[in-house]
Order: sequence, then C-alpha cells, then structure tokens
Amino acid sequence: MIDNLVAAPVLLPLMGSAITLVVRSRPAVQRITSLACLTLMVVVAGVLTWSADVNGPTVLWLGAWPDQIGIVLVADRLSAILLLISGIVSLLVMVFSLGQDLQERRRETPMSIFHPTFLLLTAGVSNAFLTGDLFNLFVGFEILLFASYVLLTLGGTGERIRAGSTYVIVSIVSSLLFLVAIACVYGATGTVMLADLALRLQELPDQVQLIIHLLLLVVFGIKAAIFPMSAWLPDSYPTAPGPVTAVFAGLLTKVGVYAIIRTETLLFPDSEVGPVLMVVALLTMIVGILGAVAQSEIKRMLSFTLVSHIGYMVFGVALASEAGLAGAIFYTVHHITIQSTLFLVAGLIERRGGSTSLTDLGGLMAMSPVLSVLFFVPAMNLAGIPPMSGFIGKVGLLQAGVETGQPLELAVVGVALVTSLLTLLAMAKVWNRAFWRKVPDAVEGSADQSPRARGRRMPRSMVLTAAAMVALGLGLSVVAGPLYDYALRAAADLLAPIYLDAVVGVVR
Amino acid sequence: MEPSLILIILAGALVACGVYLMLERSLTRVLVGVMLASNGVNLLFLVIAGPAKAAAIIGLNDAEDMTDPLPQAMVLTSIVITLATLAFLLTMAYRSFQLNGHDEVADDVEDAQIRRLAELDEASQSYDEDDGEAPDEDTDTEIADDLQSADHREERGTP
Repeated sequence: MIDNLVAAPVLLPLMGSAITLVVRSRPAVQRITSLACLTLMVVVAGVLTWSADVNGPTVLWLGAWPDQIGIVLVADRLSAILLLISGIVSLLVMVFSLGQDLQERRRETPMSIFHPTFLLLTAGVSNAFLTGDLFNLFVGFEILLFASYVLLTLGGTGERIRAGSTYVIVSIVSSLLFLVAIACVYGATGTVMLADLALRLQELPDQVQLIIHLLLLVVFGIKAAIFPMSAWLPDSYPTAPGPVTAVFAGLLTKVGVYAIIRTETLLFPDSEVGPVLMVVALLTMIVGILGAVAQSEIKRMLSFTLVSHIGYMVFGVALASEAGLAGAIFYTVHHITIQSTLFLVAGLIERRGGSTSLTDLGGLMAMSPVLSVLFFVPAMNLAGIPPMSGFIGKVGLLQAGVETGQPLELAVVGVALVTSLLTLLAMAKVWNRAFWRKVPDAVEGSADQSPRARGRRMPRSMVLTAAAMVALGLGLSVVAGPLYDYALRAAADLLAPIYLDAVVGVVR
Repeated sequence: MEPSLILIILAGALVACGVYLMLERSLTRVLVGVMLASNGVNLLFLVIAGPAKAAAIIGLNDAEDMTDPLPQAMVLTSIVITLATLAFLLTMAYRSFQLNGHDEVADDVEDAQIRRLAELDEASQSYDEDDGEAPDEDTDTEIADDLQSADHREERGTP
C-alpha cells in the first residue's frame, strides 16, 4: 500500500496541472485544485518521510514490469525529507501568490497560466527527487525546466524575455550535456538504473569512470549554480515575479544539489574528485558573496547570496564523511526555506516600497514595522546568527571540516566563516538602506516618483503567508535537534549501501 | 560492440557547428545551433545502440538478432523534448522581435551599469561612505554627469 504512495507526489501535481489547464477560465476552481493537490502532496511526503525513517526506503517498480526492468521510484530518508520541505514551501508560495491573484489581475502575471505551470514544476521537482533511474532524472529535469521557462517569461515583457533567453539557452546546453552523459553511461554499462550503475560503474576502467563522473558533475553543477557555471542565475532570477523567484530559489538549485549528493554517494563513492569539489565550493562561496555585496538591488543581491550558499552544501558533499553529508542535508533543508522566504519578502518590499532598488528605498521601518520583522528574522537566519537554523547548519559543516584537519578543508572552513560575515554585511546593508534610513530626499522630491506614492498596501493573506514562512524557518531552529539527528541517519544511509539493498537486494 | 566511426564523426561535426551558432547573439541563430547540436547528440544514441539488426518484436525475431530498443526509446523522448524546446525558443525570438525589432540577447542592464561605474572608478550608489547617510543629490547628479560624459567619450571613440 505504502509503496504506491511513492508515485503520488509526481502524479498529484501532474493531474492538478491538467485540471487547472482545462478550467483556466474559472479562477476559483483553479485555486481550489492547486491548493488541494499541494496539500495532499505535503501529507503524502510527510507519510513517506515517516516511513523512510521507521521502515527504511520505500521502493516502487512502475508499470508492472518484472522487477529491475522498469523504472523505479525510491523514497529514502534523503529524498523524503527534501520532498517534504519542498512540498511545504511550494504550498506556502502558492498561497502567497493567491493573495496577489485576488488583489489584482495584472497583465504582467496571467494567473490562469500560472497555476498549471506551477504544478508542473512541482511534479518535475518531485520526480527528480524520487526517481531511481538516470534517464527518468533527465525527464524530471526537463519537466521542471520547461515549467520554469514559462514561469520566468510570464507575461512576455521585454525585460523578462531578455532574462529568459539567457536562462533557456544555458538550460538547453546543460540538457544536451546530460544527454551526452546518459549516452556514455548506457554505452559503457548497458543500464541507466542508478542502483545497477552503482554496481557496474565500478567494473569500468578508471578513465571512463572519470569522464562520466565529470560530465554528470558539470550537468548538475549548472543546475545547482556552482561557481564557474553560476553566472546565469543572478542574471535571470531577479526579473521574474516574486513568488516565481521564491520557488526557483528554493527548489531548482536544490534539485541540482540533491543530484550531486546522490551521484557522489551512490555512483562514485570512492572517487578522487573530492579536492576539486572542495576548491569549487570555496570559489562558489567567495565569488557569490562578493557579488552580493556589490549589488544595489535586493533581488539581485539575494540571487548572489543564493549562489554563495550553494557552496556550503557542496563543501558538505566534498567532505564525503557522515558529518559533512549530514551538515549538507540539514543546510539544504534550511536554505530551501530561508531563501524562499527572503524572496517572498522581497516581493512584499517591492509592493510596499514600490521598488527593490536600494537607492530608491528608505524608511520602510516607519512605514511598515511588520515588514521589517519579516525581513529581519530570515536575513539574520541566512547570515547564521545563533540560535537560528543557519547557525546550526554552519556549525555542523564547519565542525565536520575541522575534524579532517587537512589544509584544504581548513581553508574552506576559513572562507566559509568570511562568507558568513559578508552575508551579514550584505543583509545589514539592505537593513540600513531600505529600512532604517529616512526616505532619500532625491526620491521624496518628486511626488509621483516617491516610493510612498508608488507603494501599495500589502494584502493580509500575503503578509500572513510570509509570516508563516518566517515561522517555518524559526521552527526549523526549534526542531533542529531531531532534524539534525534525522540528517545524520540520512547521511549514514547514504554511506552504507541502504539504497542498493532496498532497490536491488530485495529481489536478489 | 563496434561503434560506428562515421556516426561519431558526423555527431561531432553537428555538435561543433551547433556550438558555433549558439555563441551568436541572435536568438534565431541560437535556435538553428540548438537544432544541429541536439541532432548530433541524438546520433550518439544510435552509436550506442550498435549496428542495425532485426526489429525488436517478440515472436517475430530471436532475442539475439534484435536491435537494442532502449536507446531508441531514449532518443525518441529526447527528440520530442527538443521539439518543444525549439518551439519555445522560436516563440521567444518572435516575441523579442515584436518588442525590440530584433532578436538579439541584450546585456543585463544592472550588470552594464556596475561595469561602467567600475570603469569610472566610482563606488556603487548604495555604497555607505559613512554610516548609513543618504547620498545627497549632488553626488547623484555628478555620477549621472560622469556617466553621460563617458557615453560621449565612447561615441567619439576616444578613451
């Protein structure tokens, strides 16, 4: 019974997507369908997480083929927890965008298209998290990429088309590389099932293994926006509507991170690219955060911090120890929540202040104390102020790094500390400029140009949803103990052949 | 399995042409580039399927004589996905043409501004010179003037 549940997180949003597309002229039905689908998905993900923790991984062979021939879906501890948190974030972002929907119907964001596309995106993300098959992972990526193309260019304004072009072209290149990698894998081993690959890749010559490994790393690295392949992200994210950027920031890059964790631990457990990953993590952190400090636009700054903090997760993976992986998993869960929250709040700032440019903004503290709190809490969480979840995740990763005692690892630990400090600087800059200072005279002068005149009221439902996201972020800090234990167990699973046992062992 | 050298060379040539075209600014050329490159990649799947043999239908042919059907299934999926991608790119190129009269991908506005400020050795306008004080109007106009004069310099082509 519970086996069949594994398909639900993919099927529910897919069906919801179809239904909302058919009834696109009736917004009320669309809203109810979307909310119902996402709520059910969260419930199912919760059950899967519980089951993965108590009974071990849930495995489902699709299409009633004999075992090991068809496509397999697997929900182990890692997949399940990411599925759960991404489901919750998607649901909250959907509720947030409904506030926008009810308040106004701007031509810029046609909501009738938004619902089916958003659900399709969720289906793609779930598929990528659950699949146990390399080609199905490619299909999952394509589903979520296509949905993201549409969401990013929603309304087709000039600015969004420009930003969308870069994004689409980069994504296409990464998809082509993925296809090349799959062709290599199939040519070399005759299978694309991850569990089978784990056994058969070991028999290949080292060089062939290395080529496949690096190809896959580049593909997932582009998705995850790791440093040499990260330039597309700050260029394309900021122009999209607030909720869209929020869900992109939360989910899309993390799918890449998940794929890296999965391939590194399952397919290439004793590879020698650890030091490469370590250097890449270091560069991602420092280059990303230096970019963020230089920005004068909140959404762009947040995009750069997003890139920078991906470095922490890559660091955890590069350590390849139980503590490092546990830190990476905990940090991923934390980062999905916090980065989405901050982008939602940036959407609120845009609405209230009329702009997200730090040169135009000012006096938001006096204008809206609620908004200030909503920004301040996740911003401090991102920077890693104790006792919040960002701090706990960072401490976990840094401890894991220090324990190794190697010079390279220690260097990354140092850079991680600097990055954390610079994140605080960037967030403090936003706080000082947008919230604390008076409205700049230059802007106040012309009546119709002042943010006060352009700013609109924030709908209560949007504020409440943003508050719920902030509370979720704080909640992660409250349950950090059990959650970190869970992450440790998930990391132990990854290093022990639990996944292999569940997928291949049962039938042998 | 003996890989077919001709197919590999053909795939390489197609991908090379595709990459060259993808480096262009115009979306239409990128579109043609994607078309070529993805066909090149699809050929790789024919390479790994090995030499063509009998149809993979149970009851008609023996299992030993059959072509491996799995790469064909994969290549079919990838062709369908490429088709959709191309349709989307085409729409974007057309929309860009509608809006701007051309289909070239422009530089990011913010990026360009930061680059210009860096060339002028000016700090970003959000830079805090001394503890949170707002930049007064004079500095703003000065920077604007600088930017304008930089524009003029660029137009005249003198450094």
